[in-house]
Amino acid sequence: MRVNQHPILSFDTKEEITFTFNGKPMKGMMGDTIASALHANGVKKLSESIHLKRPRGFYCAIGNCASCNMIVDGKPNVRTCITPLKEGMRVEFQHGKGHVYET
Amino acid sequence: MERGMYMRHKEAVIIGAGPAGLKAAKSLCEAGASVTIIDRNKDLGGQLTKQTHKFFGSEKQYASVRGIEILKILLNDLLEYGTQCEILNETSVVGLYHDKVIACVKDDKFFKIKAESIIIATGASEKSIPFENNDLPGIYAAGAVQTLMNQYGVKPGDKVLMVGSGNIGLIVSYQLMQAGVEVVKLVEAAPSISGYLVHASKIQRLGVDILTQTSIKRAIGKEQVEKVELWNLDETWQGMEGSEQTLEVDTVCISVGLAPLTELLMQVGAEVMYVRELGGNVPKIDHRYQTTVKGVYACGDVCGIEEASSAMVEGALSGIHAAFDLGYTIDDEKRKVKALKEELKFLRSGPHAAKIRAGYNKLGVMI
Ligand SMILES: Cc1cc2nc3c(=O)[nH]c(=O)nc-3n(C[C@H](O)[C@H](O)[C@H](O)COP(=O)(O)OP(=O)(O)OC[C@H]3O[C@@H](n4cnc5c(N)ncnc54)[C@H](O)[C@@H]3O)c2cc1C
Ligand code: FES
Repeated sequence: MRVNQHPILSFDTKEEITFTFNGKPMKGMMGDTIASALHANGVKKLSESIHLKRPRGFYCAIGNCASCNMIVDGKPNVRTCITPLKEGMRVEFQHGKGHVYET
Repeated sequence: MERGMYMRHKEAVIIGAGPAGLKAAKSLCEAGASVTIIDRNKDLGGQLTKQTHKFFGSEKQYASVRGIEILKILLNDLLEYGTQCEILNETSVVGLYHDKVIACVKDDKFFKIKAESIIIATGASEKSIPFENNDLPGIYAAGAVQTLMNQYGVKPGDKVLMVGSGNIGLIVSYQLMQAGVEVVKLVEAAPSISGYLVHASKIQRLGVDILTQTSIKRAIGKEQVEKVELWNLDETWQGMEGSEQTLEVDTVCISVGLAPLTELLMQVGAEVMYVRELGGNVPKIDHRYQTTVKGVYACGDVCGIEEASSAMVEGALSGIHAAFDLGYTIDDEKRKVKALKEELKFLRSGPHAAKIRAGYNKLGVMI
């Protein structure tokens, strides 16, 4: 679901980035955020609501609302809409609140 | 998360690198102050990063230039100041204390900055509306969809329902079509289209049906939106049973206005006031853009939802005032301030700005 033709913008000639979602290998583009790369791969459901476990996608895409929180390289509550995608990232669906971790 | 070992000291810190913050930075740099700009996004520019359309507004504020081009000009202006203008991108401000200590997180590290002067230019966040299943994936803020397609080149879906006929709803509808996405319908609860008619006719000519006095009743789908149900509204804005129609869409864009992001202002102890015309809680600023906390200024959408053109002028003004209060002398200050104020007055003179004028009136600020 990439934009391939556009009257004003051009999105071609970008390097590919490989990452995994729930262990499954996927490809994104240089310049993607985690959420944009997932969306381009058809993944809209990123986490679930804490109590009723309702599916959650992104909402604001600018880091305001926490609707896009996921587990990235083991860290929970990463705002995937503003976090740039990097080679080899491990992205996981987040169930519940996430846990406290040490670095 | 790692804890920061030290506290950095800075002269002037600007929170938010949208048009308001970038212009404030320029004014401060010009006066000789050293500036730190903080933004949580990787790319600076706030809302401008995704605005491919040509701007309306005044010539001085780049009317007929595309938002993304205006941004290039603003960033270029700052380049000449080199290290005098430090940029902390991918940095979220997570707290603001009364003694002007700014708590930040970057790369999962927490640190604090003590600033002499702070300009808050955090912009606004898009609102939502209540309807059944309004939290399903596939339901996005209109600006979010604009970010997804214009900044990252990803389509939100194939078939879209747009909710809201303000300028943002109309412009994003057009941009969806430019990206090759079908806009199935646009619904508006009010009896008439609320944005500029030029934008509305542009999308109507391309075949988009705009339904007024209509709203979304519910979204249907399990894991994501598959369908929506619309219904007509009566004179009291209540949905009319029996008027429902179902539409197959995979995306719903919500464009029902923005609310100023005033959380940091409240944390620092600045007084805010609810002014409906300005979009919600806004800081009580004086005519120099200073909040009720000395040395803390606010400009742009966080002071009231307006436009990039006025955000830029407010930014420039608040930067000049902050620099002055830091003890810098600004060449030709009086003339500069006067010219900028006149520019603002002009931007807020038309009938479309009546609401803004009423809002500032309530707030007791002379514009
Ligand atoms: C679709 C659309 C079309 C528009 N068309 C026009 C037009 O044609 N002409 C016009 O003049 N205006 C237009 N506007 C309005 C204009 O974009 C806004 O009024 C303007 O961007 C406001 O500028 P700002 O600097 O106040 O805030 P923003 O541009 O919103 O920037 C705020 C910045 O602050 C950052 N931030 C917020 N909180 C934090 C935090 N806690 N830590 C770190 N960073 C933070 C954000 O990441 C963001 O980068 C349009 C808006 C939209 C959405
Ligand atoms: S979608 Fe709102 S924070 Fe990411």
